Amino acid sequence: MNDALRLKVADLLHDNAKLSVDTIAKMLGETPETIAETIHHLERDKVILRYSAVVNWDKLETNQVTAVIDVRVLPQREVGFDSIAKKIYRFEEVKSVALMSGGYDLQVTVVGRDIREVSRFVSEKLATIENVTATTTHFLLKTYKSDGVIFDDTDGERRLMITP
Amino acid sequence: MSNLYDRLSPIVINLPPSGIRRFFDLANQMQGVISLGVGEPDFVTPWHIREACMYSLEQGYTTYTSNRGLPELCIEIAKYLTKYDLAYDPSHEIMVTVGGSEAIDLAMRTLVCPGDEVLIPAPTYVSYRPCAMLAGASVIDVPTYAEDGFRLTAQALERAITTRSKVLVLCFPNNPTGAVMTREDLAQIAEVAIRHDLFVISDEIYAELTYDGHHTSIAALPGMRERTIVISGMSKAYAMTGWRIGYIAAPEPLLAAMLKIHQYTIMCAPHMAQRAALEALRNGDDERDKMIESYDRRRKLIVASLNEIGLPCHEPRGAFYAFPDIRPTGLSSEEFAERLLLEQGVAVVPGNVFGETGEGFVRCSYATSVELIEDAMRRIGAFVSKLVSQAVK
Ligand SMILES: Cc1ncc(COP(=O)(O)O)c(C=O)c1O
Repeated sequence: MNDALRLKVADLLHDNAKLSVDTIAKMLGETPETIAETIHHLERDKVILRYSAVVNWDKLETNQVTAVIDVRVLPQREVGFDSIAKKIYRFEEVKSVALMSGGYDLQVTVVGRDIREVSRFVSEKLATIENVTATTTHFLLKTYKSDGVIFDDTDGERRLMITP
Repeated sequence: MSNLYDRLSPIVINLPPSGIRRFFDLANQMQGVISLGVGEPDFVTPWHIREACMYSLEQGYTTYTSNRGLPELCIEIAKYLTKYDLAYDPSHEIMVTVGGSEAIDLAMRTLVCPGDEVLIPAPTYVSYRPCAMLAGASVIDVPTYAEDGFRLTAQALERAITTRSKVLVLCFPNNPTGAVMTREDLAQIAEVAIRHDLFVISDEIYAELTYDGHHTSIAALPGMRERTIVISGMSKAYAMTGWRIGYIAAPEPLLAAMLKIHQYTIMCAPHMAQRAALEALRNGDDERDKMIESYDRRRKLIVASLNEIGLPCHEPRGAFYAFPDIRPTGLSSEEFAERLLLEQGVAVVPGNVFGETGEGFVRCSYATSVELIEDAMRRIGAFVSKLVSQAVK
């Protein structure tokens, strides 16, 4: 499979998952068949895992809270951080887990219905996992930009309708 | 007082009115119009460039600069031009102007006087003709044709030349056709220009927006540097139209003459905008190249869609315009543009405003979002199929 093409298709879909096969084919000068096949392979190989929307939750009636939690752990022989990460990401309320360089090890994002639910998760579930040595919880107050999208973007169309 | 109008300069009175004005007014009165009529990037100037300007204001760079522009900016421009095999001395052969627009005016006023002829390949950008006329010259159209991908041919040029011809204007990549001239194409034009001892004003403002291939400047060809004024600017490549920064590269005697006019009429380009241009040239390549890649994808999308709709479209290899042939609809460019606007709410620019040989074509700018291009193509498709089915009946 053509790696350069896979990268281009993934890039376009990452930016706008609603692009049709036909549009992508035209934009990249390929046939729709080639693009359909490329997308199929990207999905099959789990390069593309899901198509989802970037949502500004602040604009919807919801009290849900998001917390970013720095987690310090003792790495374990042979499996390093992976087995602890696995124990954490299995929880439904955990939305993302990443291994970080720097002052802590795992960055965990948790979404709950309210602050109490998230606090309970941290104290009862997360902090009690074996080899988790410390947690620092940051509640998210406002999202300004996420995944390349500015949320309160005021850069609207400012051009004149017709110019030479 | 006698009739005011009669007392104005006849040169100004005789300037052709802007061909797009009527469409502009019409489109502006309507709701929900998708405009493919915009001749500027749809990106806002990259943030690091805007930020550099704000920093320069904090630092108090609010004064005049030297007439020719900030010396460090002229140095960056000279460095930048080497990528097109152009070597100019930043302290004597480069100047910063108020957009490519001022540069066009300066070049005309410096090269021509009443009685001279300026050769302008058409269809092309709208300001060469009035600038030549304001300088007192007469204008000779040199036609370019869809069959040649709207490239200028040596034969067409040769046919148009008279003993009074003095200046040839080149605008490649071209607005409105997207045509690009290869080195071989330019070599044939250069041969004619040298044989007839013509000056060349080469407007290369779209040079960066050359797809599959590298832009060639005619000034880089043997024997051409001494007779060529190269014009470019920040507007298109760096999404900086509102900043009004362009520049000229030319041999010293020509540059010194243009600088004389600039010094009396303009003084200098805006200082803070020059600071922003400096940042763009020093650190803007990555974002610029991303914008170009994005135009390229939209270019392919619009060309494929127009051809599918039944409006044959040669491949525009530069700038951000497609120039489809609308003759299959049986309408003139103006009828097509006006009816498309009124019936489907899509604004395009009729080709005839760019010169007689633009008749039968319309300019569609693809510097707009993929979603809007697709929506516009659906509307144009509906418009065209209705016309064609009526024609069959
Ligand atoms: C071919 C060409 N030259 C020059 C200009 C003027 O650009 P600016 O004065 O913004 O540099 C334009 C703008 O549309 C153009 O299309």
